[in-house]
Amino acid sequence: MLSEAGRFFSMVSPVEFFFGTVWDPRFAAAGSGDASGQFGLLPLLGGTLYIAFVAMLFAVPIGLFAAIYMAEYASPRLRSTAKPLLEVLAGIPTIVYGFFALVTVGPFLRDISTQLNGLLTGNYQNFIQAQSVLTAGIVMGIMLIPFVSSLSDDIITQVPRALRDGSLGLGATRSETVKKVILPAALPGIVGALLLTASRAVGETMIVVLAAGVAARMQLTPFEPMTTVTVKIVHQLTGDLEFTSPQTLVAFALGITLFVITLCLNIYALYIVRKYREQYE
Amino acid sequence: MSEAAVEKALDQKMNTVPLKMIGKDVSVYYGEKRALFDVNLNIRENTVTALIGPSGCGKSTFLRTLNRMNDTIENCRVTGRITLDEDDIYDPSIDVVELRARVGMVFQKPNPFPKSIYENVSYGPRIHGLARSKADFDEVVETSLQKAGLWNEVKDRLQEPGTGLSGGQQQRLCIARAVAVSPEVILMDEPCSALDPIATAKVEELIHELRANFTIVIVTHSMQQAARVSQRTAMFHLGNLVEENDTDKMFTNPDDQRTQDYIMGRFG
Amino acid sequence: MTDLASPTVRVSTRPAETRRDIGIKRRYAAERRFRVYGISAITLGLLFLALLLSTVVSNGYTAFLQTTITLPIEFSEKVIDPKNERSTDAKQLMTANYPLLVRDALVKQLGLDATKRPQVKQATDMVSASARTQLRDMVVADPSIIGKTVPVTLLAEANIDSAFKGQIDLSVAETNRKVKDQQVAWMNQLADAGVLKKSFNTGIFSFGASSRPEAAGVGVALIGSLYMMLIVLVLSLPIGVAASIYLEEFAPKNRLTDLIEVNINNLAAVPSIVYGLLGLAVFINFAGMPRSAALVGGFVLTLMTLPTIIIATRAALKAVPPSIRSAALGLGASKMQTIFHHVLPLAMPGILTGTIIGLAHALGETAPLLLIGMVAFVVDFPGSPLEPSTALPVQIYMWANEAERAFVERTSGAIIILLIFLVFMNLGAILLRRRFERRW
Repeated sequence: MLSEAGRFFSMVSPVEFFFGTVWDPRFAAAGSGDASGQFGLLPLLGGTLYIAFVAMLFAVPIGLFAAIYMAEYASPRLRSTAKPLLEVLAGIPTIVYGFFALVTVGPFLRDISTQLNGLLTGNYQNFIQAQSVLTAGIVMGIMLIPFVSSLSDDIITQVPRALRDGSLGLGATRSETVKKVILPAALPGIVGALLLTASRAVGETMIVVLAAGVAARMQLTPFEPMTTVTVKIVHQLTGDLEFTSPQTLVAFALGITLFVITLCLNIYALYIVRKYREQYE
Repeated sequence: MSEAAVEKALDQKMNTVPLKMIGKDVSVYYGEKRALFDVNLNIRENTVTALIGPSGCGKSTFLRTLNRMNDTIENCRVTGRITLDEDDIYDPSIDVVELRARVGMVFQKPNPFPKSIYENVSYGPRIHGLARSKADFDEVVETSLQKAGLWNEVKDRLQEPGTGLSGGQQQRLCIARAVAVSPEVILMDEPCSALDPIATAKVEELIHELRANFTIVIVTHSMQQAARVSQRTAMFHLGNLVEENDTDKMFTNPDDQRTQDYIMGRFG
Repeated sequence: MTDLASPTVRVSTRPAETRRDIGIKRRYAAERRFRVYGISAITLGLLFLALLLSTVVSNGYTAFLQTTITLPIEFSEKVIDPKNERSTDAKQLMTANYPLLVRDALVKQLGLDATKRPQVKQATDMVSASARTQLRDMVVADPSIIGKTVPVTLLAEANIDSAFKGQIDLSVAETNRKVKDQQVAWMNQLADAGVLKKSFNTGIFSFGASSRPEAAGVGVALIGSLYMMLIVLVLSLPIGVAASIYLEEFAPKNRLTDLIEVNINNLAAVPSIVYGLLGLAVFINFAGMPRSAALVGGFVLTLMTLPTIIIATRAALKAVPPSIRSAALGLGASKMQTIFHHVLPLAMPGILTGTIIGLAHALGETAPLLLIGMVAFVVDFPGSPLEPSTALPVQIYMWANEAERAFVERTSGAIIILLIFLVFMNLGAILLRRRFERRW
């Protein structure tokens, strides 16, 4: 992989790749070896991070509250049914989520924005597109809920019972105990868990391929399509391949970039979680 | 005066102390298993009451019924009647949060929160809204730490984590944390079992001083400790209250054969 | 006890200063809010699960039914082989005008005028174009059929299929829909005659790729996935177990093994698409293996599954108490004997559970397979893992990109098939865990 990426960088300068703001690789077939296309990473990276951010925004509160409820409040009966059911969400292949986004969530957001716009301005024009940052973010968020909840659940249940008793024994309510003692104590571990989840969001492919769109641009509105590193890897490598053109080889450069980003996130996250575990052993 | 007369006078004196808490026919069940059998035990005001007995005898279970810490255990059921002053603490009208603000607890293992010393002590007043201004908090932290005999050791490092203190200091921090809520009763569940002898001596001395302001119930597995710190002692065995008496009498001339055996070290 | 009887006993009265306001009401309101947040979060999560599954099921259950038209087809020699060349020219039977047979049968059935070309075209459009290959295969398999009239069950065209399942809104203006009023009338006529009906769709399991929804199925994809799962199982289980045994039982605990351990944990979290790139670069580009082949897919998925299996296996080995090892070693068993006779059998349920879960993950994985060219239009069943094939999730991806209503149904149907496989694998893992759950 490194050598393929190396061949790419021999054709396109790394500066242009890492700091370019335009992604326009042209067609692979049009004169191979002609590096006239522009390979700016930034729009892809921007889309990747934006969608991951929306997904986390959606998944973290739901996952965290679900974890807290299951660890601190739920009866063993509720816990033993709700926890595996939520984990089913994690076992569903991502292609199924992609299809769900494409067939249900995307059209739903589009139609609801049409109605909303119509009610507010009288102009029945949708302002959310079916393929958009929001669609991909929400569906990816649903996929991430069980990751956040089961990782956080593990972390929260590791907080020693003595701390809980100490707080309850002083007359704190359960929620005060959770908010003021357990969460602060579990914070490092939870941050680690969230980083692991974020790395999954960044590397996720099938949902964004089907739900985020292919337009490589930088924008702030979440209602329009954006594209990601993973989408472009798939796009550059499906169809007829020619292993000499930068149009194909750029996928390896993108792959290496993705690998490095997720690896850094993972190493740091696992380090934090490990530290956290040792603290309470 | 004859020895019997002295004893009688002492008894009289002790009996005039008002009862802070009264347990009547208290039984505790964990699911199907019964852990306490109709215990009748009174806790006197501004007195240190020690609960002793071999391990698994129900002394900690009884202690936990006094501020309803048993509520946090799954499947745990309490029957009988326990009063604090005149209120039945298991009455639906009594709020468990309010109860625990009046009946504080110190645990077997020191369990300071992973926060600063200052935040540990101010935690109770903060959640109960007992202090408002920074000055209020500063005051309650200082007085509580002083009452716990810890002030001079930590006054220069209040912002350092409580978990960084030594074991004995941590336990006194936990006592300060309980004291800060100004409860009426403080329950202590083997507070010295994780401490070395020097730290233990300090905590015992502290218990002596706290008696002036608080009613204290202490569970201990060490009979010497019970003898040193308490005025009243209750002996549990297999979930039953065997004997309750003045500590002096208990350790010199117990009424019950089993108490005698236990104190003589026949079982335990 | 006796105290209570004594007249000197007093019960304390509650000191006035203890009646303080600790904000009970406000705090319990906060408590209730907090609980509501928690319950809503769980409800929301479960709701999404329900929504996801119900979308798939409601879109997809009809894919398991297929509308068919059973017509008495006259295998007329005049049409199939007018010059009687079939004994000399093998191509004759392959290229004969089979759609004409269908047309004639349909014209007869509906009582149409065969000269009105547009009307007849509309009628024949109701039958899937796959009828050509179906009839051809029948004749090629048994040429003696020529000259006979045999009832043959043909697939209805996808739009008719949708209309018959009630999925097409017939109140839309006729010009704006693909099914015309005349066709609907014929459809009802045929249905009344018992010729056109819905039956269980075996085709979705057996057909390969097709641009016509009614003739498209996951048959090829199932075979492709099966090949890959076999490859993953055969490769990753022995390698994973061997690596785990080495790491857990033999390897010295030093910086190197520590590094390997950290790496394995990290590998389990690497995005799957990176494995696809790796497979493309190493197996296809460097080693020159064929694209689109199940073999390469199997290799890539093996790489992906290995960390999962190693982690599960090591956990299972760790869970075997040291006392068992000491007991075996104490009886004079060698280290090898101890591990293979005692430790491994006890750890086996845990290992198998981990393996099944790893396989289930691999079965649903799509992204890396896209990169090694498994996005392929494969009509014929692959005879070996080296031939081009596709995989179940990739088939879903390809269908999801098709616009037609009937493909949405097929996609959901394929997802249902995939999910059923996953459910069975996970149930197997759970049962295994229950069955062998052991308390030391």
